[in-house]
Amino acid sequence: MTGQDTSTVSAAVADAHRREWAFVLAATVRVTRDLDLAEECVQDAFASALTDWRRTGVPSRPGAWLTTAARRRALNVLRHRQVESRYLPLLVEDEAEPGPDDTVDGGEAASIPDDRLRLVVTCCHPALDRATQVALTLRLLCGLSTAEVGRAFLVSEAAMAARITRAKKKIAVARIPYRVPSTADLPGRVDAVLLVVHSLFTTGHTAPAGDELVRRDLVERSFELCRMLRQLLPHDPSVAGLLALLLLTDARRDTRTTPEGRLLLLEEQDRMRWDRAAIAEGVILVREALGARPPSRYALQAAIAAVHAESPSWQETDWREVLALYDVLVELWPSPVVALNRAVAVGFALGPAAGLAALHALSGEPQLAGYGYLPAARADLLRRLGRKREAHLAYTEALLLTDNTVERAFLENRLHMVSEDG
Amino acid sequence: MSQYMILIYETETSYAEAPSGLMEEIMREHEAFASGVPALGASMVSAAWLHPTTTATSVRGGSEVTDGPFVETKEALGGYYLIDAPDLDTALAVAKTVPARFGGVEVRPVIDFGS
Repeated sequence: MTGQDTSTVSAAVADAHRREWAFVLAATVRVTRDLDLAEECVQDAFASALTDWRRTGVPSRPGAWLTTAARRRALNVLRHRQVESRYLPLLVEDEAEPGPDDTVDGGEAASIPDDRLRLVVTCCHPALDRATQVALTLRLLCGLSTAEVGRAFLVSEAAMAARITRAKKKIAVARIPYRVPSTADLPGRVDAVLLVVHSLFTTGHTAPAGDELVRRDLVERSFELCRMLRQLLPHDPSVAGLLALLLLTDARRDTRTTPEGRLLLLEEQDRMRWDRAAIAEGVILVREALGARPPSRYALQAAIAAVHAESPSWQETDWREVLALYDVLVELWPSPVVALNRAVAVGFALGPAAGLAALHALSGEPQLAGYGYLPAARADLLRRLGRKREAHLAYTEALLLTDNTVERAFLENRLHMVSEDG
Repeated sequence: MSQYMILIYETETSYAEAPSGLMEEIMREHEAFASGVPALGASMVSAAWLHPTTTATSVRGGSEVTDGPFVETKEALGGYYLIDAPDLDTALAVAKTVPARFGGVEVRPVIDFGS
């Protein structure tokens, strides 16, 4: 069993980093009650795994090994820090339990509690703004470096470091508790976590700027987080709904652009190449998620995605069903963006003139000012009605509002189509 | 336990224009609020209500005396509650019950010099 080559060990450590980071950190925070110290100790534990596992072999439960190593390191630091640590604000916890004592060397692994839910609801606490919640979640749950988190949001490492430091300080000083909220508060807090995961997914699914339509790394992270939540809250229908939505949307990933990177619309995509396994899993989850009364917004969005996923062709799309689902969704979640998507569905279910009328009702929405999909949707409806001059104007407006290269190319092509004969 | 100050910001004109009887109603709301604090797991340390900013005098740089509040805002600081609470969630639960129909409140942790 002993002695393993470097590449095997490196791969095992990288794999553990991906799978176990959140678990190890969450368990270590309980000992340190200090996020920074916990992160340092966990990083040290991963570093020592690289050397130790070469000597001893990869342990059968890497997560337990890493947790024990990180917690032991934390206890050591705390012992030396005792004097000044009295002046550091510590995270608030429920139990007075200080963590494992010094005897926890051997078979304690099975009893390490899973604190990932505590960690994620703390990162997504409503007292932190959304962008900070997302950044902290990527940093603490996914184990991304500050530089990587900065890259994900196109801000400098220094700016991201300042944001994360400020957030950690607020958590400690304002005493945002490190705890799973009461049953009464839990749904609201889980909603905040789901919003973070969903915004991470949408940012990755259609990157707001850059040369690639999809930021695969962000999409992967959102899946990991969502699957983690599913594991932690297996009976929560909104978690099931979000996972379904992610699966059903991402199932189309390989068909959204041509090999040259040109954007392909739903109607042009090769449905044979949609990920059938993801669709099958998503459809089962949608059924489960729709069981809740009222259904969550994610369940309804996933149900809409499922209609498309199960339709054998664009021509056979059941637009009446899509529109009926949007009607429920807009009732439950009266957001202008949902109303915009509903108007697009109206355009297919009842014709472009009806779609345009539905869209017109939204033209004064302050939330949609500067939202590129509004003029893009209007342009498409006008194009289908043959009102080229107005479509031209709307495509031009949409072009002013996106920085994504792939989306711009699509809009420029459409602009060209409505310009040709004038 | 930790201390939090709940700062109440409201539109002063709304109070100035309040019909008779409303002030009594608001006072009763504050009394009901104060008596409900222990049930939320916190306790009241102190509180104050301020006269409107039209009565304020500011002193800048230790010498320049001016008539009016230090910062002119639509919603002005009108009073505070200082509470003891174990964590931010408890403090926010208390803050949500503070009567502030013409504005809202801000919750700030108080620095503890005791330890």
